[in-house]
Amino acid sequence: MAKAGDKSGGSGKKALKRKAATEEPQEAAVAEDGATESGVQPPKAAAFPPGFSISEIKNKQRRHLMFTRWKQQQRKEKLAAKKKLKKEREALGDKAPPKPVPKTIDNQRVYDETIVDPNDEEVAYDEATDEFASYFNRQTSPKILITTSDRPHGRTVRLCEQLSTVIPNSHVYYRRGLALKKIIPQCISRDFTDLIVINEDRKTPNGLILSHLPNGPTAHFKMSSVRLRKEIKRRGKDPTEHIPEIILNNFTTRLGHSIGRMFASLFPHNPQFIGRQVATFHNQRDYIFFRFHRYIFKSEKKVGIQELGPRFTLKLRSLQKGTFDSKYGEYEWVHKVCAYSLKSHLDDCKSME
Amino acid sequence: MAAAGARWNHVWIGTETGILKGVNLQRKQAANFTATGQPRREEAVSALCWGAGGETQILVGCADRTVRHFSIEEGRFQGQRHCPGGEGTFRGLAQVDGTLITCVDSGILRVWHDNDKEASSDPLLELRVGPGVCRMRQDPAHPHVVATGGKENALKVWDLQGSEEPVFRAKNVRNDWLDLRVPIWDQDIQFLPESQKLVTCTGYHQVRVYDPASPQRRPVLEATYGEYPLTAMTLTPGGNSVIVGNTHGQLAEIDLRQGRLLGCLKGLAGSVRGLQCHPSKPLLASCGLDRVLRVHRIRNPRGLEHKVRACCLLFPPFIFLFQHAWLLKTPHLLQVYLKSQLNCLLLSGRDNWEDEPQEPQEPKKVPPEDTETDELWASLEAAAKRRLPDLEQTQGVLQTKRRKKKRPGSTSP
Repeated sequence: MAKAGDKSGGSGKKALKRKAATEEPQEAAVAEDGATESGVQPPKAAAFPPGFSISEIKNKQRRHLMFTRWKQQQRKEKLAAKKKLKKEREALGDKAPPKPVPKTIDNQRVYDETIVDPNDEEVAYDEATDEFASYFNRQTSPKILITTSDRPHGRTVRLCEQLSTVIPNSHVYYRRGLALKKIIPQCISRDFTDLIVINEDRKTPNGLILSHLPNGPTAHFKMSSVRLRKEIKRRGKDPTEHIPEIILNNFTTRLGHSIGRMFASLFPHNPQFIGRQVATFHNQRDYIFFRFHRYIFKSEKKVGIQELGPRFTLKLRSLQKGTFDSKYGEYEWVHKVCAYSLKSHLDDCKSME
Repeated sequence: MAAAGARWNHVWIGTETGILKGVNLQRKQAANFTATGQPRREEAVSALCWGAGGETQILVGCADRTVRHFSIEEGRFQGQRHCPGGEGTFRGLAQVDGTLITCVDSGILRVWHDNDKEASSDPLLELRVGPGVCRMRQDPAHPHVVATGGKENALKVWDLQGSEEPVFRAKNVRNDWLDLRVPIWDQDIQFLPESQKLVTCTGYHQVRVYDPASPQRRPVLEATYGEYPLTAMTLTPGGNSVIVGNTHGQLAEIDLRQGRLLGCLKGLAGSVRGLQCHPSKPLLASCGLDRVLRVHRIRNPRGLEHKVRACCLLFPPFIFLFQHAWLLKTPHLLQVYLKSQLNCLLLSGRDNWEDEPQEPQEPKKVPPEDTETDELWASLEAAAKRRLPDLEQTQGVLQTKRRKKKRPGSTSP
């Protein structure tokens, strides 16, 4: 008894404590819960009646100890269960049941009915005659105007410069406090096809307005995780003047299609493969990741890539029909905040089996 | 088959691609109808109204200034009428006593003889309403009375049988607290039943009630909602409130007795283009630029009817096939994805929402028809190519496609 008491009171070694724990119930059963012990070990700990939880122990050290012990026990059991399962699978060999697919947020998503079917004629007609039709019919080639909100700071200015190297045939202009509604008719008269406005807040760029010009839709994005060229690790040399290829990933729904087409219409049609540069817009769960790489094929299947230009993440806030008119324009889609919705709007990862 | 189905459609919607869609909410199916068989943006539907004879005919006003007649009984377009004069699209369409009333954007309101056989291009009556018209609405109680309003074009009520001057011409409200003139932009007009009053909703997010019977020409009541232009409005059954929608997809019910907001309806993500309430049931159909038709329940419990989806397939020259949808678990909203931007809608006001007597008959009919047609084709095989066997095959293919599609839908949580 004394020995047990010493061990439980003094040493912090878990092995000894465990022995003490195993001895305790026996002792308690034998000794009928000695009063001397009760000061150190609560009488409940001895017999562990049902309904007792480790959180009811008032002594923090002991509580912590009991918890770590319990956690180790759980881990051991889990490992044992895994090993057992693995052995059973090996034993069964081919007859083993297929591995269960783990639940992920992407798996649990609601199927989106607006996913575009490639054979759908109505949507195909809609896209063939929408505002981007002239670009996709090769009647117009893009000419972009990049500007910022008024009085931009260094980061935004550098981002604009880097973007203009990434997007061919683009021009950066200083904003000078002009109203967008006055800039747009001037752009149209000078044959610009798209207008990009990078909004800045507290010296960092945080928004992007992309407006297709003659009368096309205007998309307003939230921009985050902006990394300029010097902040990108292991990057390659500056991009050349070659026209890059475009990769648009996962723009599967109808809204995703519209946005994907907007991005595609920023770049000229004929990518120069000699330049080996590629701009990627990867959409995942409504976040669009923009990356600019240079690639080289080392063999048939192995590719090396170096990241070049700026990198940022976009999230669509609204898509407005017509050129920029946030007050009186008609919105095709507006992001409405819903705390519990798992629905994504631009894509749906679940494949159509 | 499709023709019989067309009769039972509850909602008719006009789209920007020129397709008239009929949606059957009971069976959750949507059907596409086009005049030429292919969608054409020049035929974008800008106005819809019921034709003569109850709800058996629909008049479809298209962007190329033609008004097409669609027969619900037969399920196809029957004729069209070109209505030239003025510029812009149709802003209002109405019919009374065999004549057609059209109003275009530039303010030319014309009354045409609605007989396509004669197809004379002279209107019976022409009125100049003022430029920038956004809406022309006919008084359901007095079909000869129409109201027009628009951007910088104040509300005017015209009696087509009376003089060339408007019966009621609204006056702008007083200058605001900065002594600036308040701009006018009447986007939608409704006549209140059992009185002479009119309600308008404006692009400056105001809802105004005018009373021609009172001596004041200024609005009797004004309420505001939100900060975006209100684009569509409808009266609720009961006549005490209106539901308005704005360019952000927000729907709100506003009480006209006190001018206060009763509540909002969720769901729309794009600009509201068409709104209509059922005359007796507490249902509200809304359509907009986000390509989805929604049916809300507007009385207790306020919310959306049971949620459903439908897909529309595309079509051969006639009336084509429906695809059907699968049910989701959430109660409240009936939501139908319709693939094209929706411009205007017509909700059928009939009381019997169910069309079950038709359903059991149809599957029984199909097998005997097949054998008859098979015999016909067998005898006529040597002749030119026929369309119908292809249709049947495609229907079969589509049905299997439907079944295949159903599996991922049903296994999703």
